[in-house]
Amino acid sequence: MPDFRFAVAVMPKPGILDPQGRAVEQSLGHLDVEGVHDVRVGRRVELTVQAPGEEAARAVAARLAEELFSNPLIETYALELLA
Amino acid sequence: MRVGVVRFPGSNCDADAYHAVELAGAEAVYLWHEEADLHGSDAVVLPGGFAYGDYLRAGVLARFSPIMRSVAVAAGRGVPVLGICNGFQVLAEAGLLPGALLRNEGLRFVHRWVALRLEGRGTPFTAALPEGIVLRMPVAHGEGRYYDEPARLDELERGGRVVFRYIDNPNGSLRDIAGVRNEAGNVLGLMPHPERADEPLLGSADGLLLFRSLVESAAAMMGARR
Repeated sequence: MPDFRFAVAVMPKPGILDPQGRAVEQSLGHLDVEGVHDVRVGRRVELTVQAPGEEAARAVAARLAEELFSNPLIETYALELLA
Repeated sequence: MRVGVVRFPGSNCDADAYHAVELAGAEAVYLWHEEADLHGSDAVVLPGGFAYGDYLRAGVLARFSPIMRSVAVAAGRGVPVLGICNGFQVLAEAGLLPGALLRNEGLRFVHRWVALRLEGRGTPFTAALPEGIVLRMPVAHGEGRYYDEPARLDELERGGRVVFRYIDNPNGSLRDIAGVRNEAGNVLGLMPHPERADEPLLGSADGLLLFRSLVESAAAMMGARR
C-alpha cells in the first residue's frame, strides 16, 4: 500500500485569546521590528498514512485532525497533502 | 466505600488524592491507565499532574487510555467522578464535562492559594456543604482558563452547573469559573486542588470537605436503598 504524507496546521479559532501570540508580539520590540500585528501561534503535525488510495488516507488524517490534533471548540485545522 | 485514584504517566497528585480519600474515611485504590478495570470503585478521582506529558494539548492523550473508556462508561451509569486540575482537563477533552481549559491569560504558571465560592450543591462532592461557603485551596496550573461559547456558558449558569467560582480569578477564566459539573451531577471538575488542602498543617483543610461530602453522599444513598 502506498504512503501519503500529510501536514495538519492547527490554529486557535478567531476570537479565542491567544496569550502565546500576544507574548510573541510584545517581544518584537526587542528585535527592533515594527509594524507587525495579529500574531497567532498554532501547531503543525506531520504524519504518513499508509492506505490504498489518497481518499482513504485523507479520511484517516482528517479523523485524527478532528479528534486528536485539534479541539473543535477552540481550534480550527487545515489538512494538506505533502507527498 | 472504595474510591479509585487513576494514575497516568505524569500524574503527580495521585498520592495526595489517595491520602485525602483515606482521611475522609473511604478506601483508596490506585487504578492504572493501561488497564480498563476499575477494581470495584464506587467513585473515581482523576488527579492532577501532566498526564502523558500534556503533549499536544493538556488531557487529550489521556482521554484515549483504556482506563478512561471505563471511566466514561461508569460516569454514564452515575458513578461519581472528580477531576482535579489535569484531571479536569482530561474530563473536558473526553467530553464528560463541557468547555475547555486554555492557557492562562497572563501566560504564567499560577501557583498560589485562592478562595472559591461554592455555588452548586448538585454533586455528591458538594451535597453535604452549605451553599455559598468560601473554601481556600491552592491552584497550580499553566492551562486553567475556563472557556466555552457564551450561549453554552449561559446554559451552564441556568442549569446550576457552575459549581465553583473564583473570588480572585487567577487565570482569566470566563465568568470566574473554577469548577463545573455534568448535567446529571455525578461528574465534577475543578482546577484548584482540594487534595492539597486536606489538613490544617498544609494551610487549609477545606479541600477535605469535598471528599467527606462524597463519603456522606454515598452513605446516604446506601441508606436510601436499604
